[in-house]
Amino acid sequence: MKQKLIVVGNGMAGMRTVEEILTRDADKYDITVFGSEPRENYNRIMLSPVLSGEKSFDEIIINSHEWYAENDITLHAGDAVTMVDADAKTVASASGLTMAYDKLLLATGSEPFIIPVPGIDLPGVVTFRDLDDVNCMLDAAKAGGSAVVIGGGLLGLEAAVGLKANGMDVTVVHLMDTLMERQLDEAAGYLLASELEGRGLTVLTGANTKAILGDGKVSGLQLDDGTVIDADLVVMAVGIKPNVALAKEVGLEIGRGVKINDQMQTSNPDIFAVGECVEHRGATYGLVAPLYEMGKILADHLTGGEGVAYQGSVTSTKLKVTGVDVFSAGDFSGGDGAEDIVFRDASRGVYKRIVVRDDKIEGAVLYGDAKDGAWYFQLMKDGADITELRDTIVFGQAYAGGAQADPSAAVAALADDAEICGCNGVCKGDIVTAITENGLTSLEEVKAHTKASASCGGCSGLVEQLLAVTLGDSYEVQAVKPMCGCTTHSHDDVRRLIVAKGMKSIPEVMQELQWTTPDGCSSCRPALNYYLLCAWPTEYSDDNQSRFINERVHANIQKDGTFSVVPRMWGGMTSSGELRAIADVVDKFQIPAVKVTGGQRLDLFGVEKKDLPAVWADLNAAGMVSGHAYGKSLRTVKTCAGEQWCRFGTQDAIDMGIKLEKMAWGSWTPHKFKMAVSGCPRNCAEATIKDFGVVAVDSGYELHVGGNGGIEVRVTDYLCTVESEAEVLEYAGAYMQIYREEARYLERTAPWVERVGLDHIKANLVDDAENRKALYERFLISQKALQEDPWSERAKGAKDAHEFTPLKIVA
Amino acid sequence: MWMEIGTVSDIPKLGARVVQSAGGDIAVFRTADDEIFALFDSCPHKGGALSQGIVHGKAVACPLHNWNIDLVSGEVQGPDNGCSRTVAVSVNSEGMIRLQMPDVKATEMKATGTNG
Repeated sequence: MKQKLIVVGNGMAGMRTVEEILTRDADKYDITVFGSEPRENYNRIMLSPVLSGEKSFDEIIINSHEWYAENDITLHAGDAVTMVDADAKTVASASGLTMAYDKLLLATGSEPFIIPVPGIDLPGVVTFRDLDDVNCMLDAAKAGGSAVVIGGGLLGLEAAVGLKANGMDVTVVHLMDTLMERQLDEAAGYLLASELEGRGLTVLTGANTKAILGDGKVSGLQLDDGTVIDADLVVMAVGIKPNVALAKEVGLEIGRGVKINDQMQTSNPDIFAVGECVEHRGATYGLVAPLYEMGKILADHLTGGEGVAYQGSVTSTKLKVTGVDVFSAGDFSGGDGAEDIVFRDASRGVYKRIVVRDDKIEGAVLYGDAKDGAWYFQLMKDGADITELRDTIVFGQAYAGGAQADPSAAVAALADDAEICGCNGVCKGDIVTAITENGLTSLEEVKAHTKASASCGGCSGLVEQLLAVTLGDSYEVQAVKPMCGCTTHSHDDVRRLIVAKGMKSIPEVMQELQWTTPDGCSSCRPALNYYLLCAWPTEYSDDNQSRFINERVHANIQKDGTFSVVPRMWGGMTSSGELRAIADVVDKFQIPAVKVTGGQRLDLFGVEKKDLPAVWADLNAAGMVSGHAYGKSLRTVKTCAGEQWCRFGTQDAIDMGIKLEKMAWGSWTPHKFKMAVSGCPRNCAEATIKDFGVVAVDSGYELHVGGNGGIEVRVTDYLCTVESEAEVLEYAGAYMQIYREEARYLERTAPWVERVGLDHIKANLVDDAENRKALYERFLISQKALQEDPWSERAKGAKDAHEFTPLKIVA
Repeated sequence: MWMEIGTVSDIPKLGARVVQSAGGDIAVFRTADDEIFALFDSCPHKGGALSQGIVHGKAVACPLHNWNIDLVSGEVQGPDNGCSRTVAVSVNSEGMIRLQMPDVKATEMKATGTNG
């Protein structure tokens, strides 16, 4: 006599198990299936194409009603099992059916995770789990309007693209900084976000939903930073959790899911479980491949297979969005002993990263070209030794096993119409012709004549090889000094390309310019951060983690790990009130040393890091702000007594100095920038060894540039003489701006002036009044974004509080 | 002794936080890939606080003289030599970080370096 098998759950896992049982022994069980959805078994992972309109529901049905009938399976669709009596071995359903079993299979799947915020019960808030949800979204989309999808994981993004395809304005709100952060690393997540934004979606990362708004119906969504987004539909797709409600009532052992052994057996020997509802060896699964593997193991076990055991699954993911090619598998977090093989092709938007440990693939992330995903996945699952493949593995299976090519031989073998520069569409023939006809001998010349490698520069290596092949031994590779070991690009090229290509974040620059390290180094990151904030003063959001500690916490680190604090004293002027407040701060925080600096300020040495916000709060309360003595920024404007007091003074040096400092404070520059104003040619403020020096004379102000009192003393070059304070300000602002825009990061004005020549600066500032005014204007615009006291927001605890408190204090 | 010291999200990406212990400050680092590493907060060069450095890849640049220290091994990278002491870390699926806190007595014994 047949045994009675009852399956709770008419989804993919349960029915795949039934199919596997039928192929092994169709006569062993009398099978009854209960499903809470009122329809036959369908392919849930294909709901995304149904939403986007690329498929119909009929196309994603796996097993039709006829199939159930042909296989003598009783299907109770739309009738959920509500109770299991494990002692009597019976189940009861919502419609009142009671039925006995010999073996019970729980395949209850998972349910959407609902974030606990106000407004989740409003009409217009939906999840993305079953066909009813899809129909609900399609109905909403008919009315048009806007939708917010909460969750930037697989499901959320598929929902977002589907709604967009139905004509809605879609915003994705994602809690983490990277889309699909469980499947993708930062670089691939960035590419994905750009692609989606290119398709007209709005992507907000690092965005935490505070409430869903609406009166009787959804009208919008509020983030915890106060942002409100209008929405006629809110899709909750933040994740899934195993549906264990029934198993819990039965009294089965539950962890995150229904706990099962290697034979899919729960804590009750006659009750089995498969699919998303289970927890096996501590792991839960939300992808289809593991569910199918479980189904096979269980079918073996239930049909008398001996010694079969599920070992857990290695999973891979593909995003089902047409035209977006993303693949991810295994562990790509790196770690001790892991090596990265990275390939980037910026113009094609391709990123591939293979993580290798002990000569075996441990994980892979592919973006833009995922056709080799299955091959990598197979190598990974097989634990194959990839030593032999290593040199070419990142190019994919087509290149595997081929002989190692000599790179110049490969270039020589290219056809004349082979494209070398993808950005500008320059072929090999064009370049070779230009070289031979014009007698070109350098990369720069080829760039100038053909535009090859003039945009992203990714093909500059190829162009050099072409030069070598064409010119033979007469060609010597010219060294362009790269910014650092992470790139082949020079500082100047990176700056130019940031502006030319409109790149606006560090990950974007690293991707587009094919950085060879995942997140740069301590040399290139601060430089990129500066170049970006200089190029996009009103848009760029500063990356604090790419700044040196002094700029990150707005104080100077000292050799013992304490910090020094320098309040700003405009033009070197102070007052009894400021001095009293400083004295009080010194006493209160037992600051061990106070020193007068070379720039006419007071430096408080030996402040503990944790005390910085409180020290600043007291200084702020007395009207003082940060002196930026720690930054690659405007430091001080030093002044002499001037005509207010000095019998030799010709102009009001103090007033001029204060005005300069009020204009320029807060500015970030390639390196530190110091100014001084002397009231007469005796030059007591030492203005002729400053980056910008003003020496007053009877007829006005002499302006001097490019001085330095440091390791290599350099006296300033005389720029010109102007008559009014307003002109001094205009020249100073314009000079700072041209330095900000043209100098390399960490290049002081002295070596910069020597490199570009004084004539270049005169031509831009003195001879060309229009250009000078434009530079000055740009300087003032950038200053608008920078003149906020960094101490004040930190003293209030509003910013970077984590910097000033230990993670934990262990007694 | 293993001790819970905080969660991954308490530390900024490409940043570090300090755990103050009787055996000395411990710098706990978070990489771009959310890996967590811990080292004694002292550069082998001049004792600079590594927790204040720039984190890149699996290394940190000391804020005093820009020596790069490997977060995995504590070894100085490149031409310089030296090693910072590592502290074992484990992170569970909820992101809770635990450190294997160094035995204070053992540290002291080692520091004094004599047997009596």
